[in-house]
Amino acid sequence: MSLTHTSPVRKAKNSVAWVLVAIAFVVAIIPLVSILWTVISRGAAAFNANFLTHSMRNVSEQDANGGAYHAILGTLEQVGIAAVITIPLALMVAIYLVEYGRGRLAQAVTFFVDVMMGLPSIVAGLFVLSFWILGLGFHASGFAASIALTILMLPIAVRSSEEMLKLVSPALREASYALGVSKWRTITKVVLPTALPGIVTGMMLGIARIVGETAPVLLLVGVTDSINANPFSNAQGSLPLFIFSESQNSVQTAINRGWAAALTLIILVMLLNLIARLIAWWKAPAAAR
Amino acid sequence: MSTDRPGPAVTEAQDEKPPTPARAGLNAKAGLGDRLFGGSARGAAVFILILMAAIAAFLIVQSVHAISADKVNFLTSFTWDPDGNTTNGVPTFGIAAIAWGTLITSVIGVLFGAPVAIGVALFITQYAPRKLGAILGYIVDLLAAVPSVVYGLWGLLVLVPHMGGISKLIEDVLGWIPMFKTNGTYGSSIFTAGVVLAIMILPIIAAIAREIYRQTPREQIEAAYALGATRWEVIRLAVLPYGRSGVTSAVILGFGRALGETIAVAMVLTQVPGLVTRILQPGGNTIAANIAVQFGEALTTGRQALIASGLILFLMTLIVNYAARLVVRRTGRAGA
Amino acid sequence: MKFQRYGAVAGVAVAASLALSACGSNNNAPTGPTSSASGTSAASSCPSGTLSLAGSTAQANAISQWKKDYQTKCTGVTVNYNANGSGAGVTSFIQKQADFAGSDYSLSTTQAAQVTSAGRCGSGSAVNIPLVPGAIAVVFNVPNVTTLNLSATTLAGIFNGTISNWDAAAIKAENPSANLPNLAIQPFYRSDTSGTSYNFSNYLHALGGFAAANKQWPGKAGQGAKGSSLVASKVKSTAGAIGYAEYSYATEDSLSYAAVSNASGAYVPLTQTNAANFIAKAKVTQSGSDTKLAFDYTYAAADAYPATLVTYEIVCGTGNDSGQLPLIKGFLTYMDSSAAQTELTSEGYVPLPSAIQADNATAIASLQ
Repeated sequence: MSLTHTSPVRKAKNSVAWVLVAIAFVVAIIPLVSILWTVISRGAAAFNANFLTHSMRNVSEQDANGGAYHAILGTLEQVGIAAVITIPLALMVAIYLVEYGRGRLAQAVTFFVDVMMGLPSIVAGLFVLSFWILGLGFHASGFAASIALTILMLPIAVRSSEEMLKLVSPALREASYALGVSKWRTITKVVLPTALPGIVTGMMLGIARIVGETAPVLLLVGVTDSINANPFSNAQGSLPLFIFSESQNSVQTAINRGWAAALTLIILVMLLNLIARLIAWWKAPAAAR
Repeated sequence: MSTDRPGPAVTEAQDEKPPTPARAGLNAKAGLGDRLFGGSARGAAVFILILMAAIAAFLIVQSVHAISADKVNFLTSFTWDPDGNTTNGVPTFGIAAIAWGTLITSVIGVLFGAPVAIGVALFITQYAPRKLGAILGYIVDLLAAVPSVVYGLWGLLVLVPHMGGISKLIEDVLGWIPMFKTNGTYGSSIFTAGVVLAIMILPIIAAIAREIYRQTPREQIEAAYALGATRWEVIRLAVLPYGRSGVTSAVILGFGRALGETIAVAMVLTQVPGLVTRILQPGGNTIAANIAVQFGEALTTGRQALIASGLILFLMTLIVNYAARLVVRRTGRAGA
Repeated sequence: MKFQRYGAVAGVAVAASLALSACGSNNNAPTGPTSSASGTSAASSCPSGTLSLAGSTAQANAISQWKKDYQTKCTGVTVNYNANGSGAGVTSFIQKQADFAGSDYSLSTTQAAQVTSAGRCGSGSAVNIPLVPGAIAVVFNVPNVTTLNLSATTLAGIFNGTISNWDAAAIKAENPSANLPNLAIQPFYRSDTSGTSYNFSNYLHALGGFAAANKQWPGKAGQGAKGSSLVASKVKSTAGAIGYAEYSYATEDSLSYAAVSNASGAYVPLTQTNAANFIAKAKVTQSGSDTKLAFDYTYAAADAYPATLVTYEIVCGTGNDSGQLPLIKGFLTYMDSSAAQTELTSEGYVPLPSAIQADNATAIASLQ
């Protein structure tokens, strides 16, 4: 290559590359924009206060009223229970892996966590269906879905918490020990608070992912169109499942509701993502990015 | 199926040693607090180990029941009738047809998704101005968070009705290859499902690739420019080689994501029995979609058969994830 | 310690979610036809609780309307109906996930054996109670064509793939005045185990040389969709499509449907009266609380539409869960009542012949 002269061939290759990359960008943007645009424009038709605060009880598919409240409540409860179980458990396991474990137990746990990361969500649902519902004799419920969501969230939560804990500088720990602070106090008062924003971000992103999980919910939560605030007994609504079942109809009112529910779900997921990123940005100094 | 978030999880080698824990305290004897806390941490680890091992064991045992009851070869049969609805009660099932469906839809997804994703990542990091690049990066990250049921909804209601034109074009050009022949009908085909998968994994691959390309050492880029390279040559000489293993790993992860996708594919595809080789013609089935459709009416053998197929799918994603990890590990870091 | 701040955030989150759980409403003002039954029966006899049902998609629209009425009458009851298809419904019932199931075919010997081996009804067995008769509409989507005559033989050919284009000679012969385009036929069938599949294949087998009746659709051509709703949806959105679903789906989605041939070869248009005439000629077999109908496909009156079905409620004769029994009996009694049955017509179904209705009432009353 000459320092001063760019041959026409090289110029041409450069232009072609630029065109190809631009085309790739446009080709990528079109469907993604189409999805967001479709959800917003078609969802807006049925998305209103009535939709958000009413269930589908006593509403037929052809009726224009009715809403997704039972589904929103169900999803929030199912995800909430899964989060309440996963977060402390994952945190303790991550603490064990980073602060305590050196031997075979740690290796085994790491191995299984890695393995379980690849578990397809439908298989997690099948497991809970076979074991919890049909094996142990429970009925379809919100809690059954929570179990599957926990199984799906645990590996991700353990991994991300582990990464965040590893990022905490060893010097901080050593300083704490040098001051005579016991190990558990060091972990809870020095390491955890330092890593906490990153951990919280990781947990929120994990929650945002399981909020949209349809496959396990499809198998486990049953079918209902009334509000069921009890996740432990009887079928409960679910937002992703509501979208799925409305989409199987061809009546326009049902399709409209499906789009409005999709809009609701996207808003919910985006909110969780944004909160996660806000926390990360707000507490930036703590993470070693 | 889970995804890797962009960030340290990929840009650092996976088996980097954790920081050596300083020996706790001046006083070597652990207090009650330490014992309790350490015990709980250890207990949590043991619990999770037992839980995951139990899940794996349960799945394996159920699968073995099914496969031993199967009257045909589990790996090569194209039929799926474990409860014997059409075979007079004789369990007849095999994963050949649905595993093929899973593979071909995911391959189409990666074939279309990966190059576009790399192009998007290059655009954001090398061509777009810094601020625009940051905004576009945010948008791509957010798009990775859209749930699959929404992709399925869009695929079913917006994409399927419009696939006729493109499918016909492909058939006109490539129809001499049996795979691209149709009987004149288009729409809910394996090809459409593959395109939906491509759109789904695109943001995931693009987000990771973007992170990697962003971290190309500035010295290498500037050195290339200093030698008089055009922008494309800089990319070819500095950026792409640096990111090769990391981006390959990302593409493999995207492939793994596509393998496990259930709902979007189940919503787009209509069911046809047996092996589907015509990818432009409506009809097809994947392992995950098969489970989603059959679970309600499956009796005991049926359900165990579904679990067996799910286990095969699990194995597929395991192999793929391991391959992704290997690609990164061999080079020691994400960069070449 | 930052935990205090996070604790405050958590507290706000909990309070917010408690508030959220209180601000939703089940109260949807009815916009559809309301039942006249609300005032007639004594509201004091209402049970309370949640009834979990599953099964046939053919009766789903009827159940949807009946649910509305019953839940309005008895506000303490929640009826959940999982329209997962006849086969899946019976599976749910056997697995104790459903209190009773809707199935368009009576319990097969295999299924009855499963009920016994699972101990679903204690030491007893399950009975069939026919409650929702209906017609199977052969729905199609052909541009500029709104009515068609399709014989059973032609239909068999279409669903087996031997007739693959709308301008085929066989179809033209049966419809000389129709403007049939050169358009590929796309048959849609039920991919799941379906009572609608069973009854339609039964009709085609009797009159069209099709494979024997099977709840797993035995046709050789076309694409499968899960549930009547999705079949109707696919037919509606695909030019050249043809499928089969209960009549209420045809009216709900404004789909065109064909007149089919009877035993003497004449074409009978689908009207609810025609369907009722055919169903009235079915042979009724009764034993105890169990009632089964067998359609007589040789009946060839010009006003009897032969592609029909009846949805049975599969329920335990004895051995029902005692907590759920009042709910089961309450809803079944409502479904069998004259008010509910009369409403079937406006929903796109056929009311039960009154003799069967009376038998059902006895059967339901004797459930334990």
